[in-house]
Order: sequence, then C-alpha cells, then structure tokens
Amino acid sequence: MDDKLVIAGKEFSSRLFLGTGKFSSNEVMAKAIEASGTEMVTLAMKRIKLSDSSDDMLQHIAKPNIQLLPNTSGVRNAEEAVFAAKMAREAFGTNWLKLEIHPDPRYLLPDPVETLKATEQLVKDGFVVLPYCQADPVLCKRLAEAGAATVMPLAAPIGTNRGLVTLDFLQAIIEEATVPVVVDAGIGAPSDAAKAFEIGASAVLVNTAISVAANPVEMAVAFKEASVAGRRAYLAGLGAQSADFSAQASSPLTSFLND
Amino acid sequence: MFSDVIRKIDWEETTERIMSMTDADVRRALGKSRCDVDDFMAMISPAAAPYLEQMAALSQKYTRERFGKTINMFIPIYITNSCSNSCVYCGFHVENKIKRIILKEDEIVREYQAIKQLGPFDNLLIVTGENPAMAGVPYLAKALDLAKPYFNNLQIEVMPLKSEEYAELRKHGMNGVICFQETYHEANYKKYHPRGQKSIFEWRVNGFDRMAQAGVHKIGMGVLIGLEDWRTDITMMAYHLRYLEKNYWRTQYSVNFPRMRPSENGGFQPNVVMSDKELAQVTFAMRIFDHDVDISYSTREPEFIRNNMAALGVTTMSAESKTDPGGYACYPQSLEQFHINDDRKTADVVAALRARGLEPVFKNWDSSFDHEEMLLAK
Amino acid sequence: MNIVVNGEKVEVPGGASVKLLADMQNLPDKGVAVAVNNDMVPRTEWENRLLNEGDDVIIIRAVCGG
Repeated sequence: MDDKLVIAGKEFSSRLFLGTGKFSSNEVMAKAIEASGTEMVTLAMKRIKLSDSSDDMLQHIAKPNIQLLPNTSGVRNAEEAVFAAKMAREAFGTNWLKLEIHPDPRYLLPDPVETLKATEQLVKDGFVVLPYCQADPVLCKRLAEAGAATVMPLAAPIGTNRGLVTLDFLQAIIEEATVPVVVDAGIGAPSDAAKAFEIGASAVLVNTAISVAANPVEMAVAFKEASVAGRRAYLAGLGAQSADFSAQASSPLTSFLND
Repeated sequence: MFSDVIRKIDWEETTERIMSMTDADVRRALGKSRCDVDDFMAMISPAAAPYLEQMAALSQKYTRERFGKTINMFIPIYITNSCSNSCVYCGFHVENKIKRIILKEDEIVREYQAIKQLGPFDNLLIVTGENPAMAGVPYLAKALDLAKPYFNNLQIEVMPLKSEEYAELRKHGMNGVICFQETYHEANYKKYHPRGQKSIFEWRVNGFDRMAQAGVHKIGMGVLIGLEDWRTDITMMAYHLRYLEKNYWRTQYSVNFPRMRPSENGGFQPNVVMSDKELAQVTFAMRIFDHDVDISYSTREPEFIRNNMAALGVTTMSAESKTDPGGYACYPQSLEQFHINDDRKTADVVAALRARGLEPVFKNWDSSFDHEEMLLAK
Repeated sequence: MNIVVNGEKVEVPGGASVKLLADMQNLPDKGVAVAVNNDMVPRTEWENRLLNEGDDVIIIRAVCGG
C-alpha cells in the first residue's frame, strides 16, 4: 500500500510516532521502538548533572531511519521555547521540533497563546514546528497559518490513557486541516489509535500507553497493527452506521417534485 | 490559488466516478456525519435517486440545526446592463441589440426607494454587467455609498476584481461578493465566453481567492446549470468550496444552482437540463455535504419549488426581483437578463413561508458593524 | 574565576573558553548544547567564546520524554 505521510517534504511509511518517556529501561525502550516500526521518536532535554554519568539515551534512538523529534517540555512561555528549540537544534542536529508549552503543572495542558507566538517565531527561525495543542479547531487553523508543519491536538490530558475525549473537535480539525493532523496525548489503547485513523488523522503519537504496559514491546506491536488497520479502514471507506435508509413507501417531503 | 488545484482534477475521470457510484456508496455517504467530496459525488449520482426522501429528511435536519426555521431575504438590483463580454447564453451579450443603460446616481436612488416600498428589504445585491470603463470600481463604490441610507447589508455581483479593488469596495460598505464560475470545464469555458476579460478562465476561478484575501465576509458561488454535465460541474464546485473553507476559514460561503432559462437573445438553448427532482437532490446533497453553507434560490425558480424547498435546505431567497436596470422605478420596460419564474409580491412570498412555519429574515446585519471594523482597520 | 553551570558553582581558569569547560566536564562529541547567559553557543564557536566571571552556563543533553 503506497500511502506515505509527508511532513515538511519528508516521507514517512509509519504513521505511529513514539514518545520515549517512562520506560523501565533504555533497552526496553529501544526494543519497543523497533517493534513499533516507528520512524519518528520524541525526546526531551535536561540540564546535565555534573556528577551524572548515566547511560545516554540518545544512542538508543538515533537510527538512520528515525527522525528525532526533540520536544520543549519544561518551558513555560514562548521565549523559553525558542531558546530550548535552539539548544535542541544544536544538540541533536535537527531543525524538527515538537513545540510544547504547558505551564500548568497539574494537567500539563498547553498554553495556546504562547504556543501560537512561539510557532510564529520558530517558523521564521527555520524550524519544522509540530505544535502540541488543545483540540481547538480555530487554534489549529491559526497554527497552520503561522507555518506549523503539522498540528498535534490532544485526545485527552497527557498520560491519562483516557482515549479520544476530544473526538468531536478532532473531527472538525481533521475536516478543515491544511496540514497533517497528529493526534497526541491521551491515547490509551490500540483501539483509540485505530479510531483516530478511522476519522482521518494523519498520524498518532503514543507514549504512556506503551511504556507503562505490562509488556511494552508487545504493546508497541499492537499499536503498530492498530494504526495500520485504522488507516486502512479510513482509506477503504467505512460503511454506513445503523441509520435506517430502507426504501420508504410514502414520500411526504418530496412528493411535490416532478421528474 | 484554486486554478492549481482544479487542474489536477480530471473532468472525464470525475464524471466516470460519479456515474459508477453504487447503492452502497450512497448509503455510506448518508450514514456519515461528515462527508467528503467522494460522498458528495455519491449523493448527486443516479444511484442516490431512490434515496431522495431520506436525503430530504437529513437535509432538513441539518438545516434546522444550523439555521433554525429562518429564511434570509434579499433583493437584487441591476444598475447597468452594459457589458463588453459575449457570453453566448446571456441577454447582456455585447452584440445583442438592446438598449444599454447605466443608471445615473439619482436613478439609482429612485430604484432603492422603490425597493423599500416592496418590503422591508435590508440585504441588497448590486448587479452589473462587465464594463470597467463606464461602470467600474468607482461607479460601484458610488452605488454602495448611495445604498447605505437604505440598506444595512450590501453585496455585489459584478465582474471579478483585483484583491485591492475588493478591499477598496469593502471601505464603501460592501459585505459580500457573489460570482458564478458558470462552468469549471476549462476547455469549454472559452466556448461559452469567447471574448472580453471573462474569457480568461483562470482570472475568474481565482477571483474567489482574491475576494477572500481581501477579507470579504461572504462569498457566493455558482455553476450555471445548462452548460456542461451538471453533476461533474457541481462536484468541481464542491471541491472549490472545500478548498475555500479550508484556506479562508474566516469567510462565510453561499452556493447557487441557477438553472438556465430561455435567453432573450434567442439563440442559446441549454445543453443539459436539470429536472426539479435533480435540483432537489443536489440541494439536499449540498446540505448533507456542508451543514453550514448558505443555499440560495432566486426567482428563477418557480413558486412551488421555492415554497417547498424552503423548508428542506434552502436558507436564502430573493423576492419580487427585477433583472433589468431601472426595473423597479426608472425603466420598467427595459430588457431582463433572464426571465423570472416566481413573480409573486414580497408579501405573498412572506405569507407562504410563514404558512410553513418559517420566519423570513430581512435584516440580519447592521452597518454599524462595518463601521466599527473600518475604524479598527485605521 | 567562578561561573555557574546548570545552577552549580564551578571554578575555571581565568579567560577559559567554552571549549575548555567542555573538556573539563567530559562533554561528549554530540548530543549536547551549551548556552552562556541564555545565548546558545554553537559547537563551532566554543573555542573562541571566552567565559567571564559569574557567567551562567547551561548544558543540556537528551533525556527520555514524550
């Protein structure tokens, strides 16, 4: 099936993006990444503790077929995000960026105003910006207009595994989108991912549902298969829901019409 | 620009796809809460004909959800029939030996005053032929200025303009622009519009981008039914509508399906005829495809169609229209652009709508909003 | 002289460059970025960029995250 996802001119065969948080070890993470078939993997940045000599996670994810997607997690406003982006570009040699600005420590919900502001600036600075955002159709329009390469509306708050809580809004976003829509955050089960694809999402970003599963590697496979299934179902054209379209004997609304 | 998009959509292939739609395709489309252009094709295909009643019910449901039980009322005014184009189907054809009129300022005002005697019209559509030298942007600006004391909502239906010209007219209170593409068949477009600025397909089809870029609030689109295969042509319009909605999402859109009537120049007869049932099918399909788009029926359509369709998907109507310049007061004998079928008095149209539980809305905008916007723009 | 690196006080020789600091901290060849007083310093400029007393240096590297 020739069904490539294109973001900023780059082709992806897999529509499943993986986050690397909360895995029990870097080894398990690496295996899950491989099993998922993903070609886009997020990572975060941290200030080095001078005494820390722990394993460098980068070596586990930096593979030729994988696009690194550094995030700006931890920043609280546009200015900090722009700084973080420049650090990421320098450290990881990519101008791709998952822009996330969530000053709210409780639900980690994104700040729409700062996100839009940062997107405008980062696009000017030559970044490929993938902003994490609320499932707000107007905000998504504004982000696309500002030059975002995709929009990444949330399905539910980060890490909640609650599934497509924002379904109606995601549908509106997808219907009107001029850039790929990546459903991010809250996807809790392969069926959620499949559903996101069935309604026309271009990709999904999954992290917690895989990393905290009893068997993360098997769960990565399950998400891979669900993503393919959901996307195929979308392309194949889903059948009608159970509305009653049987022929009707009388035609009270249209009997006035001539042939 | 939309010309880049439409050139990638093959006409014949689209026709073939529409004609090969199946019962299952139609059922799938009707079962969706959000339809794409493929679904639209299924709904206007012959395969959907047996589902007309179900489509009417769905169309009515979506219309009521978004518009309530209201019908917006407007009235057109033709301020000139002078035209440098030679559209083969049009009464204003440049070689047509008719009396050409460009209404003078005092005549325009008399027309406005006469319209106000017909009913509480507040949405005015100012229409011209294409005569940029004698009836260009300054003339339109004047007509808009003169209309302000009488009407709050001003729209124009004139030749496609430059983006700056649309922006200029907005300063004179213009809220909306209607422009019919006539046909999206690029090769044959030239046959129907052999000369003049209108012969340039690309200029016309990209006019909608220019309107939206100029910040026009409302854009009206239309395919002239009678030129090319209407199913394919309207499908192209559906692509165009989706394109505009995606790219210029702050703008409101309306669609029209004007069915060609016998023209005064006698020669041109419609290549294709759309039956009443097919008009209804297209109208329902458009509403199911796009819950928000304004669907407008003019007085080209006969009374029984307008009365019945008003409850099922149509959201805007004109009444008591004259399609000749000066027709309301100054020159009641001059020649119409096309023949109207519903010549009821405004009061009768209103009464018929009310009898069906619908509320005709004459005023849905106040010019003070424009004023404020203009102040903010400065 | 004293500077601050990721919030910790660090002593470096007077006139030290970013490069010298990086060597002292055993920074790897890739996967890190350095900023001095919130101004990112590209690796190609490490040698020429001299540190001053009290400079606030940030060094970041990759960690796991979604």
